[in-house]
Amino acid sequence: MTKIRTLDDLRNLRTNLRQGMDMRENADNPDSVVQIKVAMATCGIASGAKKTMDFFVTELRKRQITALVTQTGCMGYCYAEPTIEVTIPGKTPVVFGNVTENVADEIIEKYIKKGELVDGIIPQTFNPIDK
Amino acid sequence: MADYKYDILVCGGTGCRATESELLVSNLKAELKTLQLDSEVQVVSTGCFGFCEKGPIVKIMPDNTFYTQVNASDAAEIVSEHIVKGRKVNRLLYLDPVENKNVADSKNMDFYKKQLRVALRNCGFINPENIEESIARDGYSALGTILQSITPEGVIDILKKSGLRGRGGGGFPTGIKWEMARKNNADQKYVVCNADEGDPGAFMDRSILEGDPHSVLEAMAICGYCIGATKGLIYIRAEYPLAIKRLKVAIGQAREYGLLGKNILDFGFDFDVELRYGAGAFVCGEETSLIHSMEGKRGEPTVKPPFPAESGFMNKPTIVNNVETYANIPVIINKGADWFASIGTEKSKGTKVFALAGKINNVGLIEVPMGTTLREVIFEIGGGIKNGKKFKAVQTGGPSGGCLTEKHLDIPIDFDNLIAAGSMMGSGGMIVMDEDDCMVSMAKFFLEFTVEESCGKCAPCRIGNKRLFEILTKITDGKGVKQDLTDLRNLCNVIKDTSLCGLGQTSPNPILSTMENFWHEYVDHIENHKCEAAHCRALMKYEIDEENCIGCTACARACPVAAITGSKKMPHIINQAICIKCGACMEKCKFNAVILK
Repeated sequence: MTKIRTLDDLRNLRTNLRQGMDMRENADNPDSVVQIKVAMATCGIASGAKKTMDFFVTELRKRQITALVTQTGCMGYCYAEPTIEVTIPGKTPVVFGNVTENVADEIIEKYIKKGELVDGIIPQTFNPIDK
Repeated sequence: MADYKYDILVCGGTGCRATESELLVSNLKAELKTLQLDSEVQVVSTGCFGFCEKGPIVKIMPDNTFYTQVNASDAAEIVSEHIVKGRKVNRLLYLDPVENKNVADSKNMDFYKKQLRVALRNCGFINPENIEESIARDGYSALGTILQSITPEGVIDILKKSGLRGRGGGGFPTGIKWEMARKNNADQKYVVCNADEGDPGAFMDRSILEGDPHSVLEAMAICGYCIGATKGLIYIRAEYPLAIKRLKVAIGQAREYGLLGKNILDFGFDFDVELRYGAGAFVCGEETSLIHSMEGKRGEPTVKPPFPAESGFMNKPTIVNNVETYANIPVIINKGADWFASIGTEKSKGTKVFALAGKINNVGLIEVPMGTTLREVIFEIGGGIKNGKKFKAVQTGGPSGGCLTEKHLDIPIDFDNLIAAGSMMGSGGMIVMDEDDCMVSMAKFFLEFTVEESCGKCAPCRIGNKRLFEILTKITDGKGVKQDLTDLRNLCNVIKDTSLCGLGQTSPNPILSTMENFWHEYVDHIENHKCEAAHCRALMKYEIDEENCIGCTACARACPVAAITGSKKMPHIINQAICIKCGACMEKCKFNAVILK
């Protein structure tokens, strides 16, 4: 009947529940975690940006990487949709093009986890989209 | 747990609910359901965000977008634009009044920049009716930690080191209070939460209970463990139906999860909490009156000592702490006494919640470190005075406090500095006044409140405050004489010195501090029959400017007592003997010919 019997129960429950709140916790300190912005304009959606975004949300959670996945408008690289911008804390944002699920997987494993660059980077000809 | 991509947080505090935030929540949910997004987007009804001025507030996570004044009918646009297309709805963003630019992220708003939220940490962040969101934010972990590894004396030591002082007004060190109750042996002791928030314009306790009830329950259990009590009582005013509802839900959930009741977390510690309702008498915020009221007796104070920590509820040792004090305690245990003591000033540690009200742009609830100046609070966080008027005074501490003026703006706010300046912290209400406010009338307003709320037990408060009110009425009616000022001051001092409880001991403060800071206004009212702020009706005169009046007769037709005479196309005249000073003529005149003197 009682849901929490011991202190360990309470701590386990907190750990399990924590993930559900992570989004809100991280949103309060966006600069401390990996941020991924997915371009979700018409062109992006048509090329599968929604699938890419879903992939990031579920996979990052599964692989226990704290990250903030948000959507944004068109970045202007319609020829290379879906486009995403990845910001690792303390680094300049990097834009990747043609991010299908396979590429997304590679980005998580190589760039986000190890900091290695992968194919598909769109050179920064102008400032990051936020500026 | 479902993988939500967005959390839409909607303020469910009393203020925003008054402007249909509940309907907004159901509209958002319906809209998401139609678009089959309800498994990806979660709508959460939270506690107060504090920015009540621009409610209802909606915050969208993870991009931290802060929408203000959102109508229930805006739900469709938020979902179709922000959620589906990823475009912010610009017209609902906060408009920075200085730079005239939209601000999307609340962290960049002046209102939030200087705030530090400790007691309000969960308000506007979690769903108060879901204990799991509270647990995810470390709810009840402080209780678990101390039950497992810290002795009651150890916890009291932490509190003493942290420097936490009572947030209800008195500023008594919490650790010392608990130590007193712990040392008194008794077969039963009680932990009481004072949620009888009575200051006009103060609503921090209500917001904490509405937005984060579990923190208070957890802290009460911690107190029970420290002093050796198994029973907790929350004395809450019946005028707070939403806070009562959320507390009931919270208590029910805490029992269901085994965090209240018998053998909590298997450490052999029993603790449970019940609610007691107050009828909203101001005097019942005083701890001895509160205890009598809970015992079913008349809400009247008794002489201290004995202090409640020695003999309180049912003559047993009782701890009475304020809501905000309790809300600080779990964080102090989790983060340590040193962390808490590093915030604030030398003798006032931590943060304080203030309720901003009156003629200020950003009416709402804020939390700042002790030592923040009044100027920062009023002009930076509060956004300055409404309609570009001039700041005149701020009343801190409610009816028991005093008013502070321009010259006090740069003092760092803490318990001792406010007392030194002739006011007090009180529960943290701040009523801001501008040039249109008459200080004599302001003092009269607070006295009217005290007269109404005096319990009548002791003569100085019962009779004295009534006399004070009568003298002030006389002055604002233009019938004051010079002797009145001497009488006021003498009577104030007698009431202060001889009243039984805090209510009477502090009730003359608004008069004394306005006399100190605005002596000339009192003199003006009496000697020159003039109210500088044009507030006291009896001292004003409506007149018609002959040059501007074209004799259109609009004013004469509007006058309800036929005090205006004059023939067509000729300047009119107001008969002062008949005029009731209603101002109807002034409203009707299109030529600015009616003037107020």
